[in-house]
Amino acid sequence: MDGLHDMGGRQGFGAVRYAPNASVFHAEWERKANFLYGLAVRLGIFNMDEYRHAIERMSPYHYMSASYYERTLTSLATLLVEKGITTQAELEAIAKGKFPLAGPSAPGRSNHPDRQRFKPGDRVWVRNEYFAGHIRLPGYIRGKQGVVVRETPAYPFPDAHAHGIEAENEPTYDVAFRTEDLWPDASDSAIVNVGVFQSYLQI
Amino acid sequence: MDDNQITSSGPASVEQRIDAIQFVMQAHGMDTISAIEKGHHLAQEEWVPRNGARIVARAWTDLAFRQRLLKDGKAAAAELGFDMPPHHRYLVALENTPNLQNVIVCTLCSCTAFSIIGLPPDWYKDLEYRARVVRESRKVLKEMGLDLPASTEIKVWDTTTDTRYMVIPVQPPETIGWTEEKLVDIITKESMIGVARLMGS
Repeated sequence: MDGLHDMGGRQGFGAVRYAPNASVFHAEWERKANFLYGLAVRLGIFNMDEYRHAIERMSPYHYMSASYYERTLTSLATLLVEKGITTQAELEAIAKGKFPLAGPSAPGRSNHPDRQRFKPGDRVWVRNEYFAGHIRLPGYIRGKQGVVVRETPAYPFPDAHAHGIEAENEPTYDVAFRTEDLWPDASDSAIVNVGVFQSYLQI
Repeated sequence: MDDNQITSSGPASVEQRIDAIQFVMQAHGMDTISAIEKGHHLAQEEWVPRNGARIVARAWTDLAFRQRLLKDGKAAAAELGFDMPPHHRYLVALENTPNLQNVIVCTLCSCTAFSIIGLPPDWYKDLEYRARVVRESRKVLKEMGLDLPASTEIKVWDTTTDTRYMVIPVQPPETIGWTEEKLVDIITKESMIGVARLMGS
């Protein structure tokens, strides 16, 4: 889905708030959010693709204003409701206040019917496709050409895995793009390597 | 659901919300208390950047290990006793040189080889870094204190699959000949994400 989570290349942001040795957690509730979602994944209540997609489905206003671990707890709560473990009303009664959840999901999809195998050095195109469900394709490479640098072992296909749809695992490819091709005349010269699922690519 | 945010009552606090989640999970027989305790221990004691530092120090001092690390990072990490979560199926080690700087980001969320280089810090998860480092890498690195010469090429790695990356920083020339144990102490999380070099190397 073309959500605000797809941040790569967006403009208008200021300096990175950088601090070496920055702490990872700042409060106990953040630790709880992180380790409770991890527990739910380990117990098989949902998988990582479902977890990521429930964050993407948050209202754009909520996504942008929430801290990182508020996004975590919102995804966790949304999936506990969707899996029938609780209800929004029950959560709000216990929390003694409103409990905003993520919005509904669009349908998922299985692997692309025309998948090809690539090798390092192949020039490939990223399919110019728009898909409203979960997809691990950053918008900034859509329709762009790059060069394969590596094939990785097969992974669950996110577009299916986040939606409970059957699909074959498929390899991913690290594909090298030139910033000059991604943002002509509007970027620092560099190579950007992106991990791209096989279904998203064509010769 | 969205209209929750525009009612006058406003949402419950994040503390109240996570406690409500914990209550519900516990009531369904999930052992939330030990999961939080165990997670706290993992984050403090086991998922620490010192793991990655030991991998880098070994790679600097043992050429055969370095070759194995570049070929199969996950297997090389396992040689030193470092596990990765099941969904992290592959670890790619990226070798910096004086003329090449590798930098890691996750523009879509916050993916990191956290069991190897530690959980990601705030700045890595913030929108600024995710939005900008793919497009303005040289400028962003300079703002973060890494002013690279024009002759140094930059390769950014966007972690969009469950392959994980770590950077092998350049070994500072003045540390050639140091013991592995001493080298471990100078290798930082930031250098393994690729936003810093070590001792001016």
